[in-house]
Amino acid sequence: MVFKLNNQLLSRMAIGDGHGENSSYFDGWKAYDSDPYHHQNNPDGVIQMGLAENQLCFDKVEEWLKKNPAASICTPEGVAGFKDVAIFQDYHGLPQFRNAVAKFMGKVRGDRVSFDPDRIVMAGGATGAHETVAFCLADPGEALLVPTPYYPGFDRDLRWRTGVQLVPIECDSANNFKLRMEDLEAAYEMAKLNNIRVKGLLLTNPSNPLGTILDGDTLRNIAAFTNENNIHLICDEIYSATVFGKPDYVSIAEIVDEDRKSGRNVLNLDLIHIVYSLSKDMGFPGLRVGIVYSYNDVVVSCARKMSSFGLVSAQTQHMIGSMLSDAEFVEEFLGANRARLAERHGAFTGGLGRVGIRCLRSSNAGLFVWMDLRRLLKEQSVEAETALWRVIINEVKLNVSPGSSFHCSEPGWFRVCFANMDDETMEVALGRIRAFVAKHKEAMKPARKLCAQSSLKLSFSGRIYDEFIMSPRSPIPQSPLVRART
Amino acid sequence: MTRSPEPDENSKPSSNIGGGGGGVTTAMRVIIPLQGVVQGRGGVFLGSVIPCALFYFLQLYLRRNRDDPREADDRSNPQNSEPRDDSGSSGQQLAEIHGFHRTSSRNLLSPRSPAGRAYVSGRASVIAKSPGGSESPYYAGMRKATEDPYDETGNPNGIIQLGLAQNKLTMDLVKEWLVKHATEAIVGGGGDDGDDEHLSINGVSTYQPCDGLMDLKVAVSSFMSQCMEHSVSFNPSNMVLTAGETPAIEILAFSLADAGNAFLVPTPYYPGFDRDVKWRTGVEIIPVPCRSADNFALSITSLDRAFNQAKKRGLRVRGVLISNPTSPVGNLLTRETLYSILDFARDKNIHVVSNELFVGSSHGRADEEFVSIAELVDEVDKERLHLVYGLSKDISLPGFRVGVIYSFNDTVLSAARHLTRFSPVSGPTQHLLIAMLSDVQFVQEFVKVNRERLRRTFDAFAGGLKKMGIDCAESNGGFFCWANMSEWISSYSEKGELELWDKLLKTGKVSVTPGSCCHCIEPGWFRFCFATLTEREIPVVLERIRGVAESCKSQS
Repeated sequence: MVFKLNNQLLSRMAIGDGHGENSSYFDGWKAYDSDPYHHQNNPDGVIQMGLAENQLCFDKVEEWLKKNPAASICTPEGVAGFKDVAIFQDYHGLPQFRNAVAKFMGKVRGDRVSFDPDRIVMAGGATGAHETVAFCLADPGEALLVPTPYYPGFDRDLRWRTGVQLVPIECDSANNFKLRMEDLEAAYEMAKLNNIRVKGLLLTNPSNPLGTILDGDTLRNIAAFTNENNIHLICDEIYSATVFGKPDYVSIAEIVDEDRKSGRNVLNLDLIHIVYSLSKDMGFPGLRVGIVYSYNDVVVSCARKMSSFGLVSAQTQHMIGSMLSDAEFVEEFLGANRARLAERHGAFTGGLGRVGIRCLRSSNAGLFVWMDLRRLLKEQSVEAETALWRVIINEVKLNVSPGSSFHCSEPGWFRVCFANMDDETMEVALGRIRAFVAKHKEAMKPARKLCAQSSLKLSFSGRIYDEFIMSPRSPIPQSPLVRART
Repeated sequence: MTRSPEPDENSKPSSNIGGGGGGVTTAMRVIIPLQGVVQGRGGVFLGSVIPCALFYFLQLYLRRNRDDPREADDRSNPQNSEPRDDSGSSGQQLAEIHGFHRTSSRNLLSPRSPAGRAYVSGRASVIAKSPGGSESPYYAGMRKATEDPYDETGNPNGIIQLGLAQNKLTMDLVKEWLVKHATEAIVGGGGDDGDDEHLSINGVSTYQPCDGLMDLKVAVSSFMSQCMEHSVSFNPSNMVLTAGETPAIEILAFSLADAGNAFLVPTPYYPGFDRDVKWRTGVEIIPVPCRSADNFALSITSLDRAFNQAKKRGLRVRGVLISNPTSPVGNLLTRETLYSILDFARDKNIHVVSNELFVGSSHGRADEEFVSIAELVDEVDKERLHLVYGLSKDISLPGFRVGVIYSFNDTVLSAARHLTRFSPVSGPTQHLLIAMLSDVQFVQEFVKVNRERLRRTFDAFAGGLKKMGIDCAESNGGFFCWANMSEWISSYSEKGELELWDKLLKTGKVSVTPGSCCHCIEPGWFRFCFATLTEREIPVVLERIRGVAESCKSQS
């Protein structure tokens, strides 16, 4: 008897949709893929603003590669190293690579802290790094707390194969989506009441999608909280080199360092883990370099064994190792990266500001802005947000990501990436937004009146508006650089 | 002895506790029903399981106690941290701090409080301690050899590494190719995109489809066909690329089986399967023993027996995982064997995963025909066939981390495409390989020369062993001599085998893989990877082995 194999013979994982790619975040990508913008060939195509990719400093990297042909083992200068690299499959990683990455991580944090190369564990991109951490810290059914809005990929990276749950902590615009201690405590208590075993807290700092950073005190309080409750603290710091404005960035590594140097030794280091990657800071997502940096020896050893499942090609390790060992280059790159991101951010938010669209004002990092289109919603609901998003994709032809895909509790927010395109494309995108807003002027106006009816909302948005204009980070161009461009 | 299903069920709660640290009360909840089982049925098996479980709980108890001082430390922390928090904060924050003092004291009283140290996951503690992790001879030998590697001039007394499956025989050809084609350097862009003529990393370092570039899939397909002498042609759209074979196998395990299901795997098998298939997926491996009497060929009878035993244990078998050419033995599966495996799979309605990693390294006699599982595809059956391949062996680029899943099942392919996001191939490497593998002339030459050199080295090495009286299993492919040293082991057991392994490593300074790591049921077999040896090193290694063998003889 011959019977056809049916889906029941596959695992639940293979049949299920745990990959989460049915969400609108990924839908937008599909829309872009089928009709991508090209300044000559397809000027009416969709512009990709849903991809947090940093292409602003590729010229620097290219310049370096030209000057250092030996770094890539497939040039006549570099081929001498070929044999050692081609057969290298030790999951510890090339020593040069680990040293260079550790040094780079320190450099990004202003050399205020140093990292131990022996704790650098490789993974297949930040995606693989997150999964590895989740595998190491939690068993199926156990949970991690995550403040919202958070990166949509976490639902896949942390949950899918590990069976770990995510418990959202809701943050809202009233205080710029900053995590409040009482919300953290409440979420933790609530999870316990529901018999969910919470194993840790996952922070994205700088935040994706908000582009904000946590201040030192908040981070200290959070660390004290996780420490006291004996749960893990996982800090996703993959955007740490994209902090382009004041206040300065504070890494969890600095909090750890502070704790140790002051001799207090309050923090249990076994509970602290950092996820890092070169995808955002260097703009190398195609290289798939993810890093787990844990202060916990068991996690380091376990993650290292697991890294067999997502090793970085030795060729890439070799190249990255040479590139990041070049202190002069790193210095220059980081400086240029910050300056260009600041400039682009200013130009983009300024352009939006001129048509009356605001973005989260406290943002000083990241490759994106968190755009407030609440006034354009027909009603304050996720359905209205999705409807507006479809209009933006199909009519405005911009692939932006709706807040609901980031589990944002308030409808009407959108993440717009600005670093994956050249200046001309950005101008085209701004032009489309301008045209769209002009067309919907009527829609914008009643929305304002609606706000006026509620005195609470009026004062609230008025405050935002004032601070928005007056703040030194105001997107209304103030720097001569930006002014010269416009 | 057949195992009854009860013990497995009973041992499950204990592992949960390992992860959760539920405490002694939970432990008691498990022990009491356990006692019930003993009184109810008894038996040798339970007699051994229960002491084990009790011992486990004892350890758990001890561990908790040992941690107590540390916990106390942690609890005293809040007081210490208060001044610091005060110093940098406003009155509002003070209130917050009081807030969580209160909650924390409630925590300590609550029965659900996470008292005790924060555990890493059960998986992590198992992997961190697991014998399959770092301390099995397989990994220990590798580590030793890395610490003290042999070098003809620099370290002539170092350890010679025969435990790691890699091929250094034909690397000069790859290197030569690189010298000649340096223009197609990773950042060259190579004209595949007319848009940017200048040097650009745009397109190399930016986001790409995570299951691999189409160009590379096309190149890998033709390379695979080349290795199989064009007996099969591969469709690149049935292919998913991963960062090495390790994730390729894991992804298939994740896709084909749920946690607690099992795969049948003929022994001796590649030691890494224990990690790749089992670790994170929770899938089991049921070994299907093959014997030296049949030159370790797989028989359907033993396959069937293993299947039934698994069924008796309550395990659901989801597939057969075969290697062709077999590793470590190195023989080729005949067309008849493959057909009967397929019949078996059809009969039981399970999958067949064929690991054809060494196909380009088959160096056997011309009359031995290699048959890929992809050749046997017919319309009805193809959804249960999956092939694993990689570039680490056949073109000796293990550092480049390229693995291949080739499947005829669309659901599996689509799942694998999503899953490979966790283990994608690095961009520059893809571009380099596209250029290299698309060079048909180079590939032809490489495969031919590689086979010749493998054959020559195998003959020299196996011949040398033969002269000492050590017989190797007949081999037609791969990098290994599968050698029978059972006459030299002090006792015919795993213990005797490991003693000899230890002697080879410590006295002989040769790192090899003992058969027990490959789950061989007959003690005394060893895996020697000969493909790392230069012509000059062969006599050195043989001499060292002879030294150890003679010392064994004089002892007995």
